[in-house]
Amino acid sequence: MSANFRSWFKSGTPWIWLNAAAVATSLIMVVGLLVLIAINGLAHFWPAAVWQMEYRAEDGQVSRLVGEIRSSEEISAERLRGAGIDLDPAAGEDITRYLFKTGNRDISGSDFRWIIGPSILDRSQPEAAVVLERLEWGNFYGFLESVQEDGVTVAEAPAAWDELQPRLQRVQAIREQIRDLEKGEISAINYRIEGLRLERRKLELRGAATPEVLAELERRRSALQESFVQLREALDERYLAARRDTVTLTALDNRSVQVPVAQIVRAYRPNAMNLFDKIGFYLAKLWEFVSEDPREANTEGGIFPAIFGTVVMVMLMSVVVTPFGVVAAVYLREYAHQGVVTRLIRIAVNNLAGVPSIVYGVFGLGFFIYFLGGNIDQLFFPEALPAPTFGTPGLLWASLTLALLTLPVVIVATEEGLSRIPRSIREGSLALGATKAETLWRTVLPMASPAMMTGLILAVARAAGEVAPLMLVGVVKLAPSLPVDTNAPFIHLDRKFMHMGFHIYDVGFQSPNVEAARPLVFATALLLVLVIIVLNLAAIGIRNRLRERYRTLEQ
Amino acid sequence: MKSPQSLDTSMMKSATRQNTGAEDICLEVNDLDLFYGQTQALKSVRMQIPRQRVTAFIGPSGCGKSTLLRCFNRMNDLIDGVRIQGNITLDGANIFAPSVQVAQLRQRVGMVFQKPNPFPKSVFENVAYGLRLQGMNSRRVLDEIVEKALRGAALWDEVKDRLHDNALGLSGGQQQRLVIARAIAVEPDVLLLDEPASALDPISTLKIEELIDELKNKYTIVIVTHNMQQAARVSDHTAFMYMGKLIEHDETSIIFTNPREKMTEDYITGRYG
Repeated sequence: MSANFRSWFKSGTPWIWLNAAAVATSLIMVVGLLVLIAINGLAHFWPAAVWQMEYRAEDGQVSRLVGEIRSSEEISAERLRGAGIDLDPAAGEDITRYLFKTGNRDISGSDFRWIIGPSILDRSQPEAAVVLERLEWGNFYGFLESVQEDGVTVAEAPAAWDELQPRLQRVQAIREQIRDLEKGEISAINYRIEGLRLERRKLELRGAATPEVLAELERRRSALQESFVQLREALDERYLAARRDTVTLTALDNRSVQVPVAQIVRAYRPNAMNLFDKIGFYLAKLWEFVSEDPREANTEGGIFPAIFGTVVMVMLMSVVVTPFGVVAAVYLREYAHQGVVTRLIRIAVNNLAGVPSIVYGVFGLGFFIYFLGGNIDQLFFPEALPAPTFGTPGLLWASLTLALLTLPVVIVATEEGLSRIPRSIREGSLALGATKAETLWRTVLPMASPAMMTGLILAVARAAGEVAPLMLVGVVKLAPSLPVDTNAPFIHLDRKFMHMGFHIYDVGFQSPNVEAARPLVFATALLLVLVIIVLNLAAIGIRNRLRERYRTLEQ
Repeated sequence: MKSPQSLDTSMMKSATRQNTGAEDICLEVNDLDLFYGQTQALKSVRMQIPRQRVTAFIGPSGCGKSTLLRCFNRMNDLIDGVRIQGNITLDGANIFAPSVQVAQLRQRVGMVFQKPNPFPKSVFENVAYGLRLQGMNSRRVLDEIVEKALRGAALWDEVKDRLHDNALGLSGGQQQRLVIARAIAVEPDVLLLDEPASALDPISTLKIEELIDELKNKYTIVIVTHNMQQAARVSDHTAFMYMGKLIEHDETSIIFTNPREKMTEDYITGRYG
C-alpha cells in the first residue's frame, strides 16, 4: 500500500493533477469574473417589464405603483416584524421583498423603494404602460393620456401614442441640430474668440499693442461676435421649436403630469414589445452606451468620452514609453560597462515597477504639473495667466506619468530581448564591416522588436487599468470636450479627459443615485476589460508578425 | 588614417596583386602575445601567410588557433579584458595601428563562423548586407553583385528562385555557403574560415571544400579545422599550434609527411590531441 503510494507519488502524477487544478482554478476565476460582470452589466439594457401594483403601505393606505422589479430577496418574517411592519400571520416565515424601481424622481423624491410580497394586493403588466427616458430626473413610468401642441390637445389616449412618435422624431432631429451647433460652430467661435483675447493679452505684455493691431484684433473679434450672435439666434429658434409639444401622463396615484417632449430621450412600451422589438431596443441602448455622452451625473447615457480618453491616453503613453524604454535598455545592455553601477541601475529600474502607482501620481503632480507645467506656462503662455495652460492636470501629464510608471516594464522586456539575440548574429554583422551602431540598427533591434512589443503589451495592460495616479494628474468626472477635435492644433494635450477606470469609481461611489448607477458600473467595467483586450490583441498581432519575420536561429 | 601605413585599399590591391609568387606575403604575424585577463592564450606567435593560398591551422582544442584567426579581423576587440602585444600586418600595414578603422579592416578581412549565422532576412538581403553598409543602394548594382557572390559561393542555382525567401529556410549547408557568399560579396582580400564545415553533414562538407578550392584563386584563405584530413585535402600550408604556441608552419605536404617537430608528428599520427 505504502509502496504503491510512493511509486504513485514518484511517478509525478500528483504534480500533474496539482498543476491542472491550479490552471483550472485560474481559468474558472477569470471566466467567472467576466461572466459576472457581463451578466450584471449587459442585462441593464434589456427592456424590463413594467408592473402595475396595488400596494398596501404600512399605514394601511392602498396606492397604485407603476415600475420595474429590479431585484428580489427572501427575508425572514421575524425580521420584518422586528422592524415594526404588521404582517399577516398566514404569510409564512419567508417573505419575498422586491426592489421596485418607480422612477418619477421629480414626484416621489426617489427612484427606488422596497416592497414586500404579502402587501401586494394585485399586480399586472398593462400593455399601455409607458416608460419615458428623460434628459433630467431619470425614468418616468405611467400611462399616456394626451399630446399637446402649443398647449392645445391634439390627441387623446389611445391615439396619443401614435401621435407622439413623429413629434418625438422631430424633437430628436432638433436636438441633434442644437448639439451640432453647440459642439461645432459655437464652440469653434468661442475657441477663436478666446484665442484673440490671448493674442491681445500677449501683445500687451510684450508692449507691442499698437492701436492699429488692437483695432485689427477688435475687428476680427467683432466679426466673430457677430456670427456668434447669429448662431445664438438660430439656436434660440431651435430651442423654442423644441418646446412646442408636451404630453400629459398619469403617474402613480393617478396624478396627472405634464412632460415636455423636448425632455424625452426615448419613449417605449415594454409590455407591448415583441422579442424582435426588444432586441432592437437592446442594441440601440448598447450603441448609445458606447457612442453617446453621459447624462445625469454620469448615471445615464453613454460613456464615449471615457472610452475615447482611455484609448488616447494609452496610445500617447505608448508613443512616449516605447522609445524611452528601448533607448534606456539599449544603453544598459549594449553600451554601459557591466559593473556595479549598471547593476545598481538595473535593480533600481526593477524596483520602480513595484512603487505604488499613487506615488507616481504625486510625483506627476509635483514635478510634471507644478514644476514643468508651471514653468512652461511662465515661458510660453504668460498671456493666459493666472489661468494655467499646462500647469494644471491634463492629458499630456497623465500620459507622461503613466509612461514613467510603465517604463520599467519596457526596459526589462527589451533588455531580455536584447540578451536573447545570439552572439553569432552580432559577430556575423560585425565581421562584414558593420560598426556597433550599424549592427544594432540593422540587425539587433529588429530582431529584438518582438520583445519590445511584449514590453509594450504589458505596459498597456498596466496603464489602461490604472486609476489612482490619474485622479491627480488629469482625469475628471466630466470633461466638457474631447481632447481631440477640429480646432487647431487638433490634439489638445492640455485638456482634462475622462477615463473608464475613474468613471467606474465615480459612478459606483460618487453618484447621487447608486442603485440606478450600479449596472452601469458593471457595464463600464466590462467595456474597460474589452478595450484593454482589444489594445492588447492589436499589440499581440503586431508582435506575432514581427516574430514570424525575425525568427532567430535557435528554434 | 592617412599615415603611410594606411589601409587605403584600392592602391594596395593594385600594387600587390601583380606578383603572385609563392613568396608573396599577405598577412604577417610578429611576436604576437594575447592575454585573456591573466591567462596567456597566444605566446609570441610569428608567422607569414602567403597570398592566394589556403593556410590551415590545426591543433588540439584550446590551443589558440581560433584566437589567432580572430586576431586577423580584430574580432577579439569585442571581448572584455583582452590585451595584445606585438603586431599583425596586412599588406605591410599594422592592423592594430590607432589610425585603422576596425569596420574598414573587416571589410577587407571577411570571416565565416563555425555555425551558419545568416540574418533573419531574405537570401538577397543577407548577401546585400555588407554592400548596403558601404552605402550601395542601387537595385541594379546590388542585383548584379548578389548574383555574382552567390555564383561564387556555388549557391546561385539552388536559391535563384527564392532570393526573397527567409534565409533561415535554407539547409545548414546552404546557409553556410550563403554566409560565404555574404562574405565575398564585399570583395575582401582575406577570408577567415573558423571550422566552417564542423556543423555540416559530409556532403555539405564536400561542397564547402570544393568551394574553398575555387575561392583560393581570388582570396587568401585562412581556415581553422579540427579535421586533419580536411586540412590535408584543402590547404597549401598548414600551421600546427599547441598551448598558444605556433609549433610548426610549413607546406601541407611537408607537415603531413615529414614534419620537423616530434610534437607535430605525434599529433598528426593521433598519439594525442
